[in-house]
Amino acid sequence: MPDVQPLVGEFVLKLKRRKVEGSHAVARQTAELLRSVVSQHRMGSANQAAALADAVRGVGEQLIAANPIELAVGNIVRRVLHIIKEEDISSTAVGIEGLSVTAESDDEYDSGNDDHPTLSAAVLAAHARNALRAPSLQTLLEDIPVSTALSRSASSAGDSDGKSGDKSSKARKLKHDVIAAIGDLIDEIDTCYDQISEQAVEHIHQNEVILTLGRSRTVKEFLYAAKEKKRSFRVFVAEGAPRYQGHVLAKELVEKGVQTTVITDSAVFAMISRVNMVIVGAHAIMANGGVIAPVGMNMVALAAQRHAVPFVVVAGSHKLCPLYPHNPEVLLNELKSPSDLLDFGEFSNCMNFSTQDGTPLLNVVNPTFDYVPPKLVSLFITDTAAEVDILIEQEGCTRTISALAF
Amino acid sequence: MSQKKSRGGGGGAAAGDDPEDLSRSPLQAVLLADSFTLKFRPITLERPKVLLPLVNVPMIEYTLSWLESAGVEEVFVFCCAHAQQVKEHLGKAGWTGKPAAREIAVTAVESHDAISAGDALRVMYGRGVIHGDFVLISGDTISNMNLKDALQEHKDRRKKDPLAVMTMIIKHSKPSILTHQTRLGNDEIVMAVDPETKELLYYEDRADGSNLYVTIDKDILASNPTLQLRNNMEDCYIDICSPEVLSLFTDNFDYQHLRRHFVKGLLVDDIMGYKIYTHEIRSSYAARIDNFRSYSTVSKDIIQRWTYPMVPDVLSFGDCQEIKLHRQGIYKASDVTMSHSAQIGANSVVGNATSIGENCKVSNSVVGKGCNIGKNVLIHGSYIWDNVIIEDGCKVSNSLVCDDVHLRAGAIVEPGCILSFKVEVGKNVVVPAYSKVALLPQPSNEDSDEELEYADTNSGVTDSPPFSSMRSADHPTVSDDDDLEASETGTCGVVGYIWANVDTGIQEEWRQSIAPIPKDKLEELQHAASIDDNDDGSEDDLNNHPSVPDQDDDSDVSAVEDDDYSKFEKEVEETFQRALDGIHQDNLILEINALRLSYNLQHADCAGALFHSVMRSALLAAQSTNGSLLKTTAEALGKWKDLLQNYTKSVDEEMEILLKFEEMCQENAKEFSPLFSKILPYLYDKEVVSEDAILRWAEEKENADESDKVFVKQSETFIQWLKEAEEEDEEE
Repeated sequence: MPDVQPLVGEFVLKLKRRKVEGSHAVARQTAELLRSVVSQHRMGSANQAAALADAVRGVGEQLIAANPIELAVGNIVRRVLHIIKEEDISSTAVGIEGLSVTAESDDEYDSGNDDHPTLSAAVLAAHARNALRAPSLQTLLEDIPVSTALSRSASSAGDSDGKSGDKSSKARKLKHDVIAAIGDLIDEIDTCYDQISEQAVEHIHQNEVILTLGRSRTVKEFLYAAKEKKRSFRVFVAEGAPRYQGHVLAKELVEKGVQTTVITDSAVFAMISRVNMVIVGAHAIMANGGVIAPVGMNMVALAAQRHAVPFVVVAGSHKLCPLYPHNPEVLLNELKSPSDLLDFGEFSNCMNFSTQDGTPLLNVVNPTFDYVPPKLVSLFITDTAAEVDILIEQEGCTRTISALAF
Repeated sequence: MSQKKSRGGGGGAAAGDDPEDLSRSPLQAVLLADSFTLKFRPITLERPKVLLPLVNVPMIEYTLSWLESAGVEEVFVFCCAHAQQVKEHLGKAGWTGKPAAREIAVTAVESHDAISAGDALRVMYGRGVIHGDFVLISGDTISNMNLKDALQEHKDRRKKDPLAVMTMIIKHSKPSILTHQTRLGNDEIVMAVDPETKELLYYEDRADGSNLYVTIDKDILASNPTLQLRNNMEDCYIDICSPEVLSLFTDNFDYQHLRRHFVKGLLVDDIMGYKIYTHEIRSSYAARIDNFRSYSTVSKDIIQRWTYPMVPDVLSFGDCQEIKLHRQGIYKASDVTMSHSAQIGANSVVGNATSIGENCKVSNSVVGKGCNIGKNVLIHGSYIWDNVIIEDGCKVSNSLVCDDVHLRAGAIVEPGCILSFKVEVGKNVVVPAYSKVALLPQPSNEDSDEELEYADTNSGVTDSPPFSSMRSADHPTVSDDDDLEASETGTCGVVGYIWANVDTGIQEEWRQSIAPIPKDKLEELQHAASIDDNDDGSEDDLNNHPSVPDQDDDSDVSAVEDDDYSKFEKEVEETFQRALDGIHQDNLILEINALRLSYNLQHADCAGALFHSVMRSALLAAQSTNGSLLKTTAEALGKWKDLLQNYTKSVDEEMEILLKFEEMCQENAKEFSPLFSKILPYLYDKEVVSEDAILRWAEEKENADESDKVFVKQSETFIQWLKEAEEEDEEE
């Protein structure tokens, strides 16, 4: 454990200094860090899974505290905890059945014709999970049941203790499986763009006009994919003040030969009537189906609703967050430096505190995110295996989004 | 270090961000953890300035965090005063000690005899730890700028021109004296920059606003086809230096101040040809806390998030709880106990474990950790540090209250006060505006060169005893009367010494205090600034016509450099004395020429000084031999006329001799003045001065005061004769 502490500290600092930004980078690096945490973890004699989960949870808490606005950190930590639980359950299940896990899974694998090249107990775990309980985002991200599962596993481990002396090998196997499963998770994060953009042709039709705001890598890949499939369409890019990432996106799209029009954020309402579909990225998708997205998004969503234009959110599964936006521990927004908006030099005479009674007359607010309520979102497109894109209905958003995961 | 970096990235995206990182030699920084000034006294007697909390986080944390995030890999913290405290802090905050997760290595360098930045850098040179380019910064600088561009520029320049030793970071601001004064309490800075190369050509901080003129050496104008004269720049006091800077400091052991001596020294000295360049930052923030006003201003900038990510809810220090940002820029730690009726206004920070009682109003203020604030307390625009107890009904406005201060019920702290550590203010006592109160007595005789933050108890201390009633230290101040009143009304008074404002003469107290500038002063300033603005305009015009400022220059120079001139005169006289002892005349001329160059003076000045020496020698000779003064003078002039002629090549120089002569006559009235009219023709005969010079001198004197005309009148006949002779010449 002390071996990973420098790594953890370094990543915590990076998060604190806001050196890593963007859900994808954060998610990936979190997963990598947790993988090394697991691999450095020295397995004890008993209750290995619980100890491992505690180690991960301890690191996870530090990471979440370091930058609470990056909800992806928490999501990945929960996913890893879930993986540990699953592996534990599957291994004990296998142990009880007394079967050779590798052989079993091997067979299953081949017959299942899965496209995952690596052999992992995660697949087995998925099967076991299917048997154990109904799949949902809840089960995927929940970390509370771990303890119950663990206590069960501990007792079962205790049972098997007397019979077989392969305790250490089992521990090693658990660790190995968990590491492999985290590797899959990292793969999943990496390939989420491909998986999402595979669906592009189903949504973007010939001669459509798409509007997007700012720059999201997911949206970019989505549009690229549609273009590669010989769809011809036009894109309106709202520039996304004050960071003006839309300019970058426009450049990238033009390089790929997409017809692109850049508009100001304030022109969105004027242009929306010509638009067939709004496709945007998100920072996080909350449990109620609400979306945390770059600032200005709520306005776009409202405009889309006003003109009955579908508002589609594309996001990798690492952005799905099991928390509710009204949860007090969720930090929904971050205020950045006003220097994005104003030139400090030009306004330095307005920031004169000694001429009045010390009350600044000029305040500049530069929020990073907007919250888009669930009722404004028509469609989520995400990357998980079931390739579901479910219309979120106003009432059943919680239900549908949990069904969406698997 | 680089190895560690790549490991940290884990082969991830971060490692791919800047591949050049790997090829780079480690970037070093020298952080001066001592301001070498007295501006934060009395607080700095007990705690070094860099450890003073700025929005509840010690200043040095901001600087170190910035250095770390800017990619600096090795920092040398130079500690001087309170070195132990600084080192302890570094250890506690996890900068030094265990090789933790930091990408930055912090080393404390301790020295006790450094009294200036120059000394500090000489010590650093002595250690021999700086190998490449380094960042020079003081521990009270707050910034979030990206160093990469500036560094790259510096390095590229160095490749082309190894003499570019330093890049100064400057920041755009609104031009006017008013803004400088009102924002940071600083002096206005005027700098001339070559717009193409960004080379710094001229640097001047206007110590007093009275100096409305900028004097630029005409060589600068001659050698640079374009230059920008800018008064809309703030100096950020962040410098990227090459290792030569350290050796320069060592070579020039009289360099003390970074700007006043080093920068100006390099700019004036063109022998070595070292150059300083500037790098302007626009969107990022950088400011140095130089005085109490800038402390307040920077605090407010931090609260307004200009320094992001160095803002209270992101930059956490030590074990303190998370601080959350609420609407309207209110930052509150999670465990603040606050009465429902208490109001916290916009742009305020409340630290950990602080409790605030009923009907309190806190606005535009920073309240530290563990404070206990009673009922009906008004706090406005103030900085309350940690563990302060404020009892019911107190009023604190625009003041700074340090750790462990105790304000008893009903105490009122008026604007601009500084209450240092552990001061107690009694019931219903009014602390008058701009007073500084400390438990430590004020050192009575402040040596000007003892510019340190030391708690130097050995140097003379006022012998006013510790007391529980309010009294002022030995210097009577304006606020004295108020003190007496207060002590009368107060039942208990104040525990601590009230410090007199030492440098009242130079710095009026309102200029650099936390309190807003009073209206009348503001109007004065505005008035001054408006005059100044007009002046600035005309200055710009002047610079478009290089011939005009030259004239300006000369008059200014002669006025300013009187002091230099008298020294020069003395040296010339000494040289001349040696000539009397038999040095060859040619050598004498050489020596005088050398002196002239070293003092940067004109030929005319030489002529004057030499003439002075000749006359003095004549005077001395006359006194010693009891001979007639006229005769010895004539002899001396006869002997040295060749020498004098060497310097009297033009009418101007001859004029100088005449004026000098006149001056001498006025000084040594009884010896020379009666002889003036007799010596003048003699000078003419010996061709030391020409008739043109004499006539011009007479002409100039015509408009002078009666007292100045004495000698013209005395020699009226001679001048008349000259004039007639001239007319005759013309007639012929």
